[in-house]
Amino acid sequence: MLRREDVLARARAAAESVVDPELPMLTLLDLGVLRGVEIAEDGAVVAAITPTYSGCPAMATMRDDLQRTLQEAGFDDARVRVELDPAWTTDWITATGRDALAAAGISPPGAAPRRTGPVALTLTPMRRDICCPQCASAAVEVTSEFGSTACKALYRCLDCLEPFDHVKEI
Amino acid sequence: MAEVHTHDPDDHESAYAGLLVNDAHWAFGTDFEDPLAGVDTTVPDGVDASTLATYCLMLGDDALVLSQRLSEWCSRAPDLEEDIALANIALDLLGQSRLLLARAAAADPSIVPALPEDSPVPDEDRLAFFRDDLQFRNVRLAEVANGDFAETVVRVLLFSSWRLAVFEQLSSSRDAVLAAVAAKGVKEMAYHRDFSARWFLTLARGTEESRRRLVAGLEQLWPLWPELFETHSAEREAAAAGVGVDPAQVAAEVDVVLEQVFAASGVDRPDRGALAGIQGKKGRDGHHTEAMSKILAEMQVVARAHPRGRW
Repeated sequence: MLRREDVLARARAAAESVVDPELPMLTLLDLGVLRGVEIAEDGAVVAAITPTYSGCPAMATMRDDLQRTLQEAGFDDARVRVELDPAWTTDWITATGRDALAAAGISPPGAAPRRTGPVALTLTPMRRDICCPQCASAAVEVTSEFGSTACKALYRCLDCLEPFDHVKEI
Repeated sequence: MAEVHTHDPDDHESAYAGLLVNDAHWAFGTDFEDPLAGVDTTVPDGVDASTLATYCLMLGDDALVLSQRLSEWCSRAPDLEEDIALANIALDLLGQSRLLLARAAAADPSIVPALPEDSPVPDEDRLAFFRDDLQFRNVRLAEVANGDFAETVVRVLLFSSWRLAVFEQLSSSRDAVLAAVAAKGVKEMAYHRDFSARWFLTLARGTEESRRRLVAGLEQLWPLWPELFETHSAEREAAAAGVGVDPAQVAAEVDVVLEQVFAASGVDRPDRGALAGIQGKKGRDGHHTEAMSKILAEMQVVARAHPRGRW
């Protein structure tokens, strides 16, 4: 009989190996989407995930990949549970995740905005202290706050002229 | 659970081989469609389930119908960046709508349209595709046909300013699901409002033609604006029960935001009255404009043709 801690460790290792379907250089753990793995009262392994954006089309694939990976690791009745609260924030992306993004040419997010009181209107383009992931130049300009996916803004480097994605702070 | 096919990387015999195995490794057509899987959807103490469901439908239908309208811009916006931005905003709203419709169905299953017994269509899709216009509770601002890009900028500004203010309050709803959906939505809609406000300013301060179009769009949509702040009985009851927000309570706050945009843009507030309802009944009562049945016809036709369909 396996000890509970060993089972949990094996389940965790399996869940933590699952990668994001759109940013495969990141695991769901690095992305901050995988919130925990536990063993439920009925003995089943349950992985908890928090959606990034309400409409993120990758969520269904993430759930599917998690469950399939757990089943392939021998946890036949594994389940995936959605945790909506607290809402996902880019602050949950791990240091490893940020390095992986930068290595893939994607500018990692800065600190998420901390709000007290009503959300202020910003009529001028958002200022971010970021640099080009290709040539490290700080001379960059935003092309659009909505890039290839909802979670990214589109930038252009004014030195090497390469366009690049920036993961938006939320 | 169905058997999972493991792809053999050395199997290059037939390009069709991969299509013939079971598709358990794909998300669609599996059981993973419930956006509230594993979420506790117990109705809070002292809250009427039917009121909560109606309130969720209102906010969910607003998002669903406007999302459908905005997605009509796909491949038609003035440039690629704006095309992608509008599609992203539509996607955020669709996501909010899925959660809200699923929450409505979980609170009061009796509102979900009945389908053949063997139909695999989930509750949120039944609500989206199998209700008629009289059962939709969205405000009319969400449904009217698209004009030009300037008019869409005005519509997104009006809608996101209102919804952001409502969701900020709703984040402290006694219903944990609504509170979580709202807290997430605030982050998303801050981007929607900034995007539309910046374009409002750009068009107003741009050329004579861009300004003319922007002002025309504002004049066109302004009569639909007051409806958003008229408290419907379901909104009043939901607010009284601590699960919803009375939109009249955020009117002053939203007005400050609009005034900020108007002032920066040098645009005057239109002097036009509210569009009347039918015997006083408007979008929240299920009484819509002619545009509603047309947008629903297009949105629902495929799903209705295949009530047993798996997607």
